[in-house]
Amino acid sequence: MTASQTLYGWGRWPRRDCATDRLAALPEGAVAPAAPAAPSAIARGLGRSYGDASLNPDLTRKSDGCKRILSFDAETGDIVTEGGVGLHDLLDVFVPRGWFPPVTPGSKFVTVAGMVASDVHGKNHHISGSFGDHVHWLDLHCADGTVRRCSSQDHADLFRATIGGQGLTGHILAVAFRMIAIESAWVTQRTEVAADLDEAIAAFESNLDATYSVAWIDCLARGTSRGRSLVHIGEHATLEELKGEKRRKPFAIPTRRNLTMPMDAPGWALNPLSIRAFNELYYRKGAAATGQQLVDYDSYFYPLDAIREWNRLYGRNGFAQYQCALPLNTARDALDAQLTAISEAGLGSFLAVLKRFGAGAPDRLLSFPMEGYTLALDFPVSPRSLVLMDRLDEITVAARGRLYLAKDSRMTQATFEAGYGPAVDTFRALRKESGADQVFHSLLSRRLNL
Amino acid sequence: MTKPADQPVLVLGASSDIARAVAVDLAKRGHPLMLAGRNTESLERDAADIALRHEVEVTVHHCDVLDTAGHGAFLDGLPTLPAGLICAVGLLGDQDENAAQVTLRDKVIASNFTGPVGLIEEAAARMHAAGAPGWIIGIGSVAGDRGRAKNYVYGAAKAGFAEYLSGMRQKYNGTKLHILTVKPGFVRTAMTEGMDLPGPLTSEPDQMARGILRALDKRRMVYYDLKWLLVMTIIKLVPEKIFARMKF
Repeated sequence: MTASQTLYGWGRWPRRDCATDRLAALPEGAVAPAAPAAPSAIARGLGRSYGDASLNPDLTRKSDGCKRILSFDAETGDIVTEGGVGLHDLLDVFVPRGWFPPVTPGSKFVTVAGMVASDVHGKNHHISGSFGDHVHWLDLHCADGTVRRCSSQDHADLFRATIGGQGLTGHILAVAFRMIAIESAWVTQRTEVAADLDEAIAAFESNLDATYSVAWIDCLARGTSRGRSLVHIGEHATLEELKGEKRRKPFAIPTRRNLTMPMDAPGWALNPLSIRAFNELYYRKGAAATGQQLVDYDSYFYPLDAIREWNRLYGRNGFAQYQCALPLNTARDALDAQLTAISEAGLGSFLAVLKRFGAGAPDRLLSFPMEGYTLALDFPVSPRSLVLMDRLDEITVAARGRLYLAKDSRMTQATFEAGYGPAVDTFRALRKESGADQVFHSLLSRRLNL
Repeated sequence: MTKPADQPVLVLGASSDIARAVAVDLAKRGHPLMLAGRNTESLERDAADIALRHEVEVTVHHCDVLDTAGHGAFLDGLPTLPAGLICAVGLLGDQDENAAQVTLRDKVIASNFTGPVGLIEEAAARMHAAGAPGWIIGIGSVAGDRGRAKNYVYGAAKAGFAEYLSGMRQKYNGTKLHILTVKPGFVRTAMTEGMDLPGPLTSEPDQMARGILRALDKRRMVYYDLKWLLVMTIIKLVPEKIFARMKF
């Protein structure tokens, strides 16, 4: 049955009235319409992509009915789940048994299918690659209505286009991937203080063998401290590193108290002064505590999930996240230019993240990561921030970088094509050939002419 | 009392969201489950999921509730006689189509009334004869409390279902067999997907499941959501003369 609902992504902009229904969980080989009684459709999981990737006014199909775990091998960690299973759900079930997802994004409120569709990366990208690197096969509900099992052996083109393909090759109904074994639910973390951008980059380059690394960067700091950062390095804690109660119950972690952002913050709450003050405090606090700390996995990987609906912080108009990937040889200068532009515009965000990427996956057509650096920033949507982001686009494109589709709501077709190169036309051709261009659409696919 | 592990529960209409939520809560308590329905492919997925998460044994059995002559054989073919039975079989359909087309009308009545009560009757006889403590939960609907233009084919069948269980409850009173009738209001499920449901009167399937098991634990006979008890009490009090003219 079809309903109508105003939907939006995590950035709460844009918003659109969409017809909605429930995606059906179908086995391999089943045949059913992928966009029943609608000109086109897109699948939607937990709605954590920031922009317009999971919105289709014709029909947006929710994965609420596809949340089952289908099999798990406790010897190897091989797991098969339906697409709509939430990462938070998997963590609840499997962390107590000593298993962890091979790659996790910064929120656990994402679905497995969404992790495939965005080929998500985590703090271990330089070691483990993105989520697609760990997927054995997936069941895809294709344009002709057939559910096909795709892997690097079968329907390989479809497989590689689907990972990172934003749901535009079909609905991802089931995914097989491998989890990693952990000895505890704790992470040992240490922090390196970087006084400027060069030091931050040096810190990443000297920690390439660490499992997890990510930096909070002060995007408003000027002059000699431009790019000052706190680089957080983490490892899954081993049993030996735990003491007492924690050692006896290595998977028991304190339940976090969750807060909910009760309302939209007023527009004036975020301004250069408040952000500058926050950044100053945050930097000093971080710089004062650089020793090794033991942090539970929930707080370490998903700090923002503790504040439900934190996206309301950016006010009623919503916000845009700007995340670019920059190649290793141009990253330093491009980052410097972007931080200068942001600081000059006085439009910083306190959720600014810098991360070293390992090698990308060029055969996965629309996969985002590339060897180099990625910078992620939030901006409240406003005429000024949109102008600034256009300027950042110019720097990204000139540096032969690209933007992350899962975060984007505003880049132009030209910026997209420059960033992803010939893979875009290969993707378009595959969509045409498989009939996907007739069935699977989102506001994103229309905006970027996919 | 025996352990939950020795008290298997048969779930009929196991693909319904409410039944699934109750089944999950029972699995958490350690009850082995037998899931029964027509779409065994989908039930196998539910079985795998529940068994993996809760580490209980879950089996799948094909059952067509409309095949009333086959009920006895179905029950006798199960690996073991269940200690508990949840029946969440039902079909809402579209009222206008149900009223206009005789085959649809018959199907809605059979799916909500004659089919389920037949199976429950057969199961109750076997459970009573076995002599062990047992229980049966039948999922009815508040739509059965008063016939409305909007859904009376479904509603009347659910009314018949509830009255049938009421009679069985009297029959088995004083025995080890307990019968609980559940009357859900609006629940956010596949059945109500796409309906414009009033938020304050709508519950989630797992909320409903918790309420149902609490009612079972307390050996209640009829379970309503408190809000719906209030609403239906008022609706039932409206004189027929006025009710006939009301549009809701």
